[in-house]
Amino acid sequence: MSVQPSRPDRTDASVPARAGAGLKAEHVEEILTSSADIGFFEVHAENYMGAGGTPHRQLEAIREVYPLSLHGVGLSIGGEQPLDKDHLQRLAALNKRYEPGLFSEHLAWSTHDTTYYNDLLPVPYDKATLDRVCEHIEEVQDVVGRKMLLENPSTYVAFEQSTMSEIDFLKEITRRTGCGLLLDVNNVYVSCTNHERSAATYLSEFPIGDVGEIHLGGHAPDVDDAGRPLLIDAHDREVDDAVWPLYEMIVSQTGPLPTLIEWDNEVPVWSVLLAEAQAAERILHRASATGLQRAV
Amino acid sequence: MDLPEFPPKVGVGDFGAALWNPEAATPSGLIGPDGLTAPKRFNVYRNNVIVSLCDALEQTFPALQNLLGEDYFKALARAFVVQHPPKSPVLIWYGSEFPDFIEAFPPLASYPYLADVARVEWAWVQAYHAADVAPLDPAALGSVDPNVLGSIRFEKHPAAALIMSSWPVWDLARANRFEPDEEIRVDLDRSQSVLIARPEFDVELLQLRPGGDVFLNALLSGATLGEAAALAEGQVAEFSLSDCLSDCLSIGVFTDLVTA
Repeated sequence: MSVQPSRPDRTDASVPARAGAGLKAEHVEEILTSSADIGFFEVHAENYMGAGGTPHRQLEAIREVYPLSLHGVGLSIGGEQPLDKDHLQRLAALNKRYEPGLFSEHLAWSTHDTTYYNDLLPVPYDKATLDRVCEHIEEVQDVVGRKMLLENPSTYVAFEQSTMSEIDFLKEITRRTGCGLLLDVNNVYVSCTNHERSAATYLSEFPIGDVGEIHLGGHAPDVDDAGRPLLIDAHDREVDDAVWPLYEMIVSQTGPLPTLIEWDNEVPVWSVLLAEAQAAERILHRASATGLQRAV
Repeated sequence: MDLPEFPPKVGVGDFGAALWNPEAATPSGLIGPDGLTAPKRFNVYRNNVIVSLCDALEQTFPALQNLLGEDYFKALARAFVVQHPPKSPVLIWYGSEFPDFIEAFPPLASYPYLADVARVEWAWVQAYHAADVAPLDPAALGSVDPNVLGSIRFEKHPAAALIMSSWPVWDLARANRFEPDEEIRVDLDRSQSVLIARPEFDVELLQLRPGGDVFLNALLSGATLGEAAALAEGQVAEFSLSDCLSDCLSIGVFTDLVTA
């Protein structure tokens, strides 16, 4: 469905079922001068919460040509305290200002008392947390005035107090709040490796009908106290060879979905990031061909 | 006898407190796949929090990092982060207390100019993100009745900042960040004041001429043009009103002028 932007100098707001990339300031000029052939860009909302200047000028120039996905990293939806009302207003204002086709946040917490921890910290999967997360998501959707997507986390520890699986937790959230899901396939691989579960099984149980966007990114290998593999969601390299087949498995079932390449640390030159997006797009093409065959 | 809750519940308060303290035990109830408490796994979060906040400071204060060296800057940033964690998820606003922290940091007491270099860098970031406002057109001054010129006041542009210093901050900031390829000899016996502004999208820095800091500081505190000029003339013999005013107007320090 096409969504007309409020400004005639802007392209359609809706994010197509193509590959996109996380926008980095150092790439903007090359993207615009080369008219890069890419489906969309995603930005971290918090980087555009200053009043003005170059960041907004660049983002507006990008928004005129490309659809946008707005991705919050600091709302602390999984936190134990009420959401930060000022921050929520800032998110609502950015949604209004840039008319992104997609808007997402994380199943995680990052603020407690007055301290912001600047990481996506894990939550226990129990009833008290579920109730709180659902209340927070409903508040976000009310204030921002649109449906949001919630991203599955990368985790390094599990909570002994958890009483539900992550999948059941996410399913219950979408059922209660009507939010969609952002399926981060790298996070699935990272978490499943870290907790010694099968990523393929996790994905086969995932409520794929609620997925509005997919994330792919790179992770760093490490080992835990007992020498078991411990993968860290570092976003500092190419998508891992083990993650691509999981991605293909999902999109062959869902058909093409907006897919983002995240590369936030050790950011490469634009051509390398674009090549990763093109690799995802080739898989999307195959998925759409499979879908056609199935339809026939 | 009171038995601990089973399974142990880990609140975000417990989780958060253990993140700041590298000596603290991993909260029991955070486990690996074998069901045992997993310190190395918990350390991934500890590391993410501290390192990402140190990186944020590194991005805001590159001249300082250059002056102190990478290792010392990291250690200093770590000490700051633990004592002054951010209060907002918007990290472009993180680090406002860093200059004062450096000034009061005993091991750096012999380097009293560092705090002022940090103040210049903080002002630079705030100017970079400040609201887009058109600066006052320098020609506007020409249309003011000369009889009331002395009584006008100026409104500050949101990007503008004045850093008054007893140290050569202009040379230190240029040598360590803004003009790294220039050969700049820093003379620690000199004192310099720096003006930061953003007439359009590029942040600009300017060294104030003699008396310019006294003059502009008075204007920014609400003095009239006449009062500010008199103050600067009284304190600094070489002060030139026309030069200093034209510097301020050329890099967009004001948005408007107000006649009495």
